[in-house]
Amino acid sequence: MNGLEAFLLTVIAAATPLLLAATGELVVERAGVLNLGVEGMMATGAVVAFAVALMSGSPLLGVLAGALAGMVVVLPFVFLTQVLAASQVASGLALALFGLGLSGLIGEGFVGQPGVRLEKLHIPGLSDIPFIGPVIFGHDVLVYLSFFMTALVAWLLFRTRVGLLLRAVGTNHDAAHALGHPVRRIRTLAILFGGLMAGLAGAYLSVSYTPQWVEDMTAGRGWIALALVVFATWRPLRVLAGAYLFGTVWILGLHAQASGYGLPPQLLSALPYLATIIALVIIARNRTLTLANTPAMIGRPFMPER
Amino acid sequence: MMVLEKRPAPSAVWSIAAPLLALLVAVVLGGVLFAALGHPPLKALYIYFVEPLTSFWSIEELLVKATPLLLIGCGLALAYRANVWNIGAEGQLVMGAIAGSAIPILLPEWNDPLALVAMLALGMAGGAAYAAIPAMLKNRFNTNEILTSLMLVYVAGLFLDWLVRGPWRDPMGFNFPKSVAFEGWHLLPVISGRVHLGLVLAGVAVILLWLVLSHTRAGFAVRVQGTSAQAAQFAGFSARRITLGVMLFSGALAGLAGIGEVAGVIGHLQPSISPGYGFAAIIVAVLGRLSPAGVLLAALLLALTYLGGEAAQLALGMPAKVAQAFQGLLLFLILAAEVLVHYRVRWHRAGRQRGSTA
Repeated sequence: MNGLEAFLLTVIAAATPLLLAATGELVVERAGVLNLGVEGMMATGAVVAFAVALMSGSPLLGVLAGALAGMVVVLPFVFLTQVLAASQVASGLALALFGLGLSGLIGEGFVGQPGVRLEKLHIPGLSDIPFIGPVIFGHDVLVYLSFFMTALVAWLLFRTRVGLLLRAVGTNHDAAHALGHPVRRIRTLAILFGGLMAGLAGAYLSVSYTPQWVEDMTAGRGWIALALVVFATWRPLRVLAGAYLFGTVWILGLHAQASGYGLPPQLLSALPYLATIIALVIIARNRTLTLANTPAMIGRPFMPER
Repeated sequence: MMVLEKRPAPSAVWSIAAPLLALLVAVVLGGVLFAALGHPPLKALYIYFVEPLTSFWSIEELLVKATPLLLIGCGLALAYRANVWNIGAEGQLVMGAIAGSAIPILLPEWNDPLALVAMLALGMAGGAAYAAIPAMLKNRFNTNEILTSLMLVYVAGLFLDWLVRGPWRDPMGFNFPKSVAFEGWHLLPVISGRVHLGLVLAGVAVILLWLVLSHTRAGFAVRVQGTSAQAAQFAGFSARRITLGVMLFSGALAGLAGIGEVAGVIGHLQPSISPGYGFAAIIVAVLGRLSPAGVLLAALLLALTYLGGEAAQLALGMPAKVAQAFQGLLLFLILAAEVLVHYRVRWHRAGRQRGSTA
């Protein structure tokens, strides 16, 4: 395995959780809902996936459980924002805090235990090709799923009636409601999808990226995923590009640490967070691009007049 | 089927009863959670919520923990009034602690009352300057202050980590990641036990918040901005100045809380100086309905969740995260109860009303 190959493999591994979580949040925001709780859903998904994988011995079962956990932990957010029309910002923050606390609570007994790693696929022939084999055909199922889901979301959003409906709800919920579309039901489904994807992202961290459970192991990835959606101006393929850009920054930091240029390791660890801020500034400067794609109803509660 | 009817005006009764109801439900759910973790619920609830209030030293400890929550909560209450979502108070706390600690670490010879005043002033300046970053980015580039202020929390934590492992490490400290121990006037005077002068400053912050909100033009501008940005614009209030102002105010108080923790409780710098006070203070502000008196009560309650969490850890062997989970749960319930302030809940027979399914 040469240097470039190893580098690409680690970039893919760093980008995958960001891509999964950001693609989920993109659908949520396209429906006009801002869910700031990605970090909490991701942490819950991570701990549940780890625990189930460890206890059942099946990492795949763990991944499924992690996805399910993301959907379950988001339910209070659904109730607050869709039934009670509570503030989405405050409810999302509550979800982030609650999810992080809950994950620590569930994970207490699992700290330091060796995890079960999700196996990498091995396609006879293809995976054995030098360089191309491991870089393209040698990943675990979640990496491929992240690409598949991005493509699926891109197609659904812009090529199908379902996507049109979702975007309509996010663009003008009053008009969508007047046309008889179930605004809150559509949004609920979108939020649940976001929970599923954040749960998968968390599962990837704890059964593939580093198969172990450490408190706060999500390390702000949920928040970075939120920033990615803004950075990508709510376009799925740009989320893909953004996730890989951030994954590269993350890994460059790690590599620079390992090679020891004399830079403090903390500075390099801070790179992804600083890069996020810079990315937000760059994209916010371009008002036309941002305004053209921002879902108009984002963050606004919907309560139908009777 | 449940239907919500908008009240013509927010209910005065429910604005007091709703947080109490939320607290009650949180305690009940807490009991269920304890039972699920395999503890007798009533005993666990007693250890968590009542026992910490039964002895003098633990009341003192409650005040020690309420001090930073109160300081930060006051600042966040003003920011949230203006609809400016500063959620990076934890990072501003850290930067305040670092800035204030520069004096005992870099100028150890200067040890008189004035040095302490300078430490507090630097703490406030450090927190305010750090909060100014997301404010200026928002004003200049229209970036989302939620995301930028939160990213800066991680950066501040790493900066502190670097300082105490690198240039600011105590050379005599056996390689432990901590600074020199503060002495003399580099420590906040003690009121009683571990309660330090920071509590008085927190009391001043509550009064200051009340004064600003109800007796100044700036406070009025903040309230108008929060209620209707358009009205504020018509009134000639500058949204940018309000954003910068409330961020500086909340950052300064978070910074003061930070130097208060270091110079009042811990006595030196170390990699971790706060068990998430900056995040818990978000709950303090919201639970206190962004009002000075409310923030005061909410800070005491949140301090109790920390204290109870520690007690449950010691007496029942519960995980340390129990406090954070409970705080998140509490915030969910407060937000749910808040609906009762603005809406009347009506029950209709199912199927009669259209569009009421969620």
